[in-house]
Amino acid sequence: MTRIKEKFSALESQNEKALIAYIMAGFPNEKATITTVRGLVKGGADIIELGFPFSDPLADGPVIQNASTISLQKGTKIAKFFALVKKIRKETDIPIILMTYTNILYHKGYDKFIFEAKKAGIDGFILPDMSVEESKEYLKSAKNKADTIFLISPNTSKKRIEKISKVSSGFLYLVAVYGTTGVKTGVKSYTINAIKNVKKQTKGKIPIGVGFGVSTPEDVKKYIKAGADAVIVGSAYLKLIEKTSQNQLEAKITAFTKSLKKQTRAT
Amino acid sequence: MKYPKDGKFGEFGGKYIPETLVPAIEELEENYLKFKNDKKFKKELDYYLTVYAGRPTPLYYAKNLSEKIGGGKIYLKREDLLHGGAHKINNTLGQALLAKKMNKKRIIAETGAGQHGVATAMACAALGLKAEVYMGYKDTIRQKLNVFRMNLLGCKVHPVKSGSKTLKDAINEAIRDWITNVENTYYLLGSAVGPHPYPVMVRDFQSVIGNEIKSQMKKINNKTPDSVIACVGGGSNAIGTFYPLADTNSEIIGVEAAGHGLKSSKHSATLSAGSKGVIHGMMTYLLQDKEGQVTETHSISAGLDYPGVGPEHAYYKDTKRVKYHSATDVEVIDAFLLLTRTEGIIPALESAHAIAEAVKVARKSKPSESIVVTLSGRGDKDVEEVQNYLNKHDKN
Repeated sequence: MTRIKEKFSALESQNEKALIAYIMAGFPNEKATITTVRGLVKGGADIIELGFPFSDPLADGPVIQNASTISLQKGTKIAKFFALVKKIRKETDIPIILMTYTNILYHKGYDKFIFEAKKAGIDGFILPDMSVEESKEYLKSAKNKADTIFLISPNTSKKRIEKISKVSSGFLYLVAVYGTTGVKTGVKSYTINAIKNVKKQTKGKIPIGVGFGVSTPEDVKKYIKAGADAVIVGSAYLKLIEKTSQNQLEAKITAFTKSLKKQTRAT
Repeated sequence: MKYPKDGKFGEFGGKYIPETLVPAIEELEENYLKFKNDKKFKKELDYYLTVYAGRPTPLYYAKNLSEKIGGGKIYLKREDLLHGGAHKINNTLGQALLAKKMNKKRIIAETGAGQHGVATAMACAALGLKAEVYMGYKDTIRQKLNVFRMNLLGCKVHPVKSGSKTLKDAINEAIRDWITNVENTYYLLGSAVGPHPYPVMVRDFQSVIGNEIKSQMKKINNKTPDSVIACVGGGSNAIGTFYPLADTNSEIIGVEAAGHGLKSSKHSATLSAGSKGVIHGMMTYLLQDKEGQVTETHSISAGLDYPGVGPEHAYYKDTKRVKYHSATDVEVIDAFLLLTRTEGIIPALESAHAIAEAVKVARKSKPSESIVVTLSGRGDKDVEEVQNYLNKHDKN
């Protein structure tokens, strides 16, 4: 069982839902990433989604785009990224998911990339531009090595949800809103309906995580109430990281994480 | 490949897209398949192509140029004479008409040099649709006049300040808009790139170029041309020229932008110097660094300044049906001046890449041989750029 699956089953036995925090590796620098991870662990985050920057992040809004650009300017490279994950792994056993774009894996070779990522301590992948139709090679390389988390959207047909949930492992990522990451805020009724429908359709076979535009404890509360097994908060973290000085970073991240995590425990 | 299954040209093409776009892409494909053979649709498109855009375009024997070089006969396919001054209108009329049939009220598009943006604005004005165009901030400065033209045509231009602030970022931003407004918006892509069905759809709308060349050459000397040449950025005028001739014996050559030279980092010659990768929803050749990050490109012509290329070109390269060569900025300026002075035709800098290659091919061929060059656009938009270049290099 992967760390991600173990985490979900442990949370289930405690009657808790998962808080997943997204941060961009190397934004604004490597030191801040390590400090942020400490804050996330202390604050009670359940899973960390670590972004690896890509030059053309077409599913991301301005906050993550900006973080990608800065991370690349600071010299984030694949080898350095894996070294960073190894460093983090010395401190924590929290599940870590790598989020990036298809070309980064394809260019190095799916097999090679996934092998090295796994060795560094990565537990799963999220590739927002990887469609189920194009995923054959990727799935083959990831099999028995890492979880492959696919995305669905409120407009995804039942037939496709069926197809996508078959190749997804770890959890199924429901994009909350029509839009890119971190732009539209507030909980929409179509999202609540989508959560309920997907839950009904997948019958608990795979956890459902909701992300994109999830930024406050209030949002978390509403999505959990609607039936989400996990919430993903990203751009809100990056905004906090951007405006916080290094010496206050750990404390601020811990406090924000606690405020979000609390909502996943409420019964 | 007539209609590629799953949108695949060999291993190229496909659909590498965020899930939110899948229903929109499926709806597009369904409608495209429905209307592409619909008699009424074809008649309506044909009407606009004829009386609005100015088709068919002439195939002109460039006698002065041919005689000056002293080899094969060079013919120019005059897409520069179309309304708007470029081949782009063939595609925008087709897609705008399709969008209208699909009841989409809001049209978005990307543009590099501004030619596709202007052609979109024109087609939308003619068909009563509302258009918004994404354009790299750098390009809005380089091509100020086209920004103003779009504004005059009632189209809103969004300058894109992310990434390299050029065409590739304009496409990213258009895709982001589409993801956000997927329910009421039609994305009118300007080149034979992007996720399936765009590459095949754009090719089909542009194939009018190659089909006309075929029948015009037949009238001239009752055979297909010995060589066919077109410039390649994303590759829409080229694929429209090549596809109808792919099953003939014609030698086919695509010309990429070598900028300061293929050994420099300042070029846009994706097929000549790139490697396989995924960008803008497709598997294709791509200019990228060792880590898979897309690199910035350069060309004297903004319209070829793109790090990817249409997937069918990638397929033609690998199957060796088409040869892909390149022309440097210096060669392009020379070709631009040569055509202007011998024939009185000012070509777009993009098209001047094809002229530069045609000169090389003509030199090596016999007067009995025919070389057809697609002159994809006129050069009025480029005269300032050329003047600056000549002043800088003291070539006046």
